[in-house]
Amino acid sequence: MANLEIKQKVDASGLSCPLPILRATQAMKTIAAGELIEVTATDPGSVKDFAAWSAATGNTLVEQDSSNGKFRFVLRHK
Amino acid sequence: MTPAASNPAVDEAPKPKKFVIICYSGELEKTWATMILASTAGAMEMETTVFVTFWGLQTFVKDRKRITGENWMQKMMSFMQRPGASHRKLSKMNFMGMGPWMMFKLAKKYNVSKPKELLEMAKEMGVHFVPCQMTMDMFGIKPDDLIEGMGEPIGAATALQLMTEADASLFI
Repeated sequence: MANLEIKQKVDASGLSCPLPILRATQAMKTIAAGELIEVTATDPGSVKDFAAWSAATGNTLVEQDSSNGKFRFVLRHK
Repeated sequence: MTPAASNPAVDEAPKPKKFVIICYSGELEKTWATMILASTAGAMEMETTVFVTFWGLQTFVKDRKRITGENWMQKMMSFMQRPGASHRKLSKMNFMGMGPWMMFKLAKKYNVSKPKELLEMAKEMGVHFVPCQMTMDMFGIKPDDLIEGMGEPIGAATALQLMTEADASLFI
């Protein structure tokens, strides 16, 4: 799934809860339905938080991975 | 059992969850908790209402307002506890402002947003902040003393109605 077209990237590295979620929400407002954003975060809590946020909002968590303490989320606007 | 598949209403978007916070306290740490939960609830598309009452109302007075109230007692009250989201004190370890100063230093170091910034984001995400009419009257706080974007003042009965209809409610 390397060729997903990311509409906007959000760097939430170093930001504490709840900022990764808030920054992602703000970015979501700038894109259209079906488009994707990519969020990078270092907050370990963001893994569960993005799952909860996706379940609550109906936006889809398309892809998720982590390496060297960095977490990456690809989210699709509902 | 309702035949869910044949019911067109089921296919529509689910009803948004409702969340209510009774923002009663005016201390820095509790204000912080209120703002974190309110902004995040807004981000989670929950229909969020923050009912602002008693000391909580001080947080929603404009930062630049130094004194509020009409009579000397109301003025004295506001003088003794400076209003505004940026002027909250800690309930413990305030030490004449040293405590909050350290909290803000730590918040900056660890990239934690201040209550005021979270408040702005919460408003941007559609969170409703509604003041308590009785508190406004008792402290002599005018609608003009409050920050922009506050809802119409309401009373205890409306607050209770909001809480009973909500999926979750908190008293902070």
